[in-house]
Amino acid sequence: MSAKRIGAEAVAEKGWLRAHRWLILRRISQLGILGLFLLGPLAGIWIVKGNLNYSLTLDLLPLTDPYVALQSAMTGHLPEKLGLIGVGIALAFYLVVGGRVYCSWVCPVNLVTDAAGWLRDRLGIKGSTHLSRKTRYWILGMTLLGSALSGVVLWELINPVSMLHRGLIFGFGAAWTVVLAVFLFDLFVMSRGWCGHLCPVGAFYSLLGRWSPLRVSAPARAACNDCMDCFAVCPEPQVIRPALKGEGEGIGPVILAANCTNCGRCIDVCSKEVFTFGLRFNNPVSTASAAPDENL
Amino acid sequence: MARRQFFFDSAKMACGVGLLGLGLGLYAKQSKALPALALRPPGALPEDDFLGACIRCGLCVRDCPYNTLELAKPETPVATGTPYFTARNIPCEMCEDIPCVKACPTGALDHGLTDINQSKMGVAVLIDHETCLNFLGLRCDVCYRVCPVIDKAITLDMVPNPRTGRHAMFLPTVHSADCTGCGKCEKSCVLEEAAIRVLPPGLAKGELGKHYRLGWEEQEKAGHSLIDESKMLDLPDRMPEGASLPGHYDPASGQTAPLRGMPGSEAGVMPSLPPGLGDKP
Repeated sequence: MSAKRIGAEAVAEKGWLRAHRWLILRRISQLGILGLFLLGPLAGIWIVKGNLNYSLTLDLLPLTDPYVALQSAMTGHLPEKLGLIGVGIALAFYLVVGGRVYCSWVCPVNLVTDAAGWLRDRLGIKGSTHLSRKTRYWILGMTLLGSALSGVVLWELINPVSMLHRGLIFGFGAAWTVVLAVFLFDLFVMSRGWCGHLCPVGAFYSLLGRWSPLRVSAPARAACNDCMDCFAVCPEPQVIRPALKGEGEGIGPVILAANCTNCGRCIDVCSKEVFTFGLRFNNPVSTASAAPDENL
Repeated sequence: MARRQFFFDSAKMACGVGLLGLGLGLYAKQSKALPALALRPPGALPEDDFLGACIRCGLCVRDCPYNTLELAKPETPVATGTPYFTARNIPCEMCEDIPCVKACPTGALDHGLTDINQSKMGVAVLIDHETCLNFLGLRCDVCYRVCPVIDKAITLDMVPNPRTGRHAMFLPTVHSADCTGCGKCEKSCVLEEAAIRVLPPGLAKGELGKHYRLGWEEQEKAGHSLIDESKMLDLPDRMPEGASLPGHYDPASGQTAPLRGMPGSEAGVMPSLPPGLGDKP
């Protein structure tokens, strides 16, 4: 991988901008959301109040993190009216666009772990501690059970996602040490370690988006030249294989795995334009006959 | 073999994650020990419930017009991300519309609290009688003056100053039923370290045994004494042989020992007997 930069072929074929389109949009989304939250405390322009756990936009739109609300519910406490409406809106949104869209388009820790992943690739750091990607579901279960047993919203005691976001908005304190730990863990200990293996927030959102209609699809998979760039760039590479290589096994081109974060990096780095955003229903068993431009 | 592997893999996960959970659980237990000087916003549920209901969003912090509240940072000894205030830094100004409670999207701050005077963020305690200027006989009175519930939550109780023998001391006295724990007294105490401090009610208050009845209150409630005072038995006081205590009333004889040189101290029956003792034989 260090011999050739990931996506070099795509840049040569499509130009830099088109080979980074979704990445740029994603960064705009992440930084834009963060910026909206920061506008209040930094500039006194209060468009959004609160943080990712619960926010109120323009004193009108409540948004509640359903995972935090669920932990709170496990301790026996339900939100007030606005909090409940916020849960409903967030649930509806992520049910449609895909749960882990939260991870790649909203979560500020993604910036940290993406930076770690990029640096890991740049420095050519090989070898990664092996841990099952299912670990996060065990941790998710533990936080829910633990909340019920301890009566405390358990994961919020150490959640790096809310620590980073809250830290930026309300003042960091020692929260930067936790963020640095996540960065160094991803860089030196485990490739894609935090977001891909451990984080129960992502695990929760993956379950939430299990049946979401908006999906990355590989309708032009017949054009794949096995350059492996998509596997190298994907934070959850295991989700690609069934869709990309499923022609012979009668599996459609839509990436149905719940852990696809809809980040669109595979679309960017593919020089053959194999991938595109589409709907899960548009999933024919065979794409061999279809010309690439007839699909979405 | 596959089943064996599955079992071992699951055991590995359960043990590893269980260990993490154990650590978190112990940390959660620690986090329930709120330091005495960290006060929760008005209407906050008891600490045990609060940590389950609060989702750490900081809306109460945002809607507090006096920047009283802050969210706990990881190094603060308060559960990370939860709101608190330190009275000595910025006390609660007791807004009438209680915006912090209105902003709370969960029940962590009880929306049933509509009268700020009913809030119980803590109880002020005049904790140091040795340095309080009023206890030294001066007229500082600042805590009393700044109290938003003046003359109810804090009163100045006059007692003789035994040091001078001729002055009064005006002792600031907190009445817990009316104290909201806003902390303005602690904030404004003129000493280097405040002599009056707001503490959690659990720390500040004693508690009578459940079976205790205050006789004078019961008597007032009933309109009369609850016991048959005519049958009240008063045992004779034991005195050293031959001793006589001037002015001492001996119920057994119904006599008072003569008190030399004092007017109204003539020997004989007590001039004004306590109730129910008039018909002693």
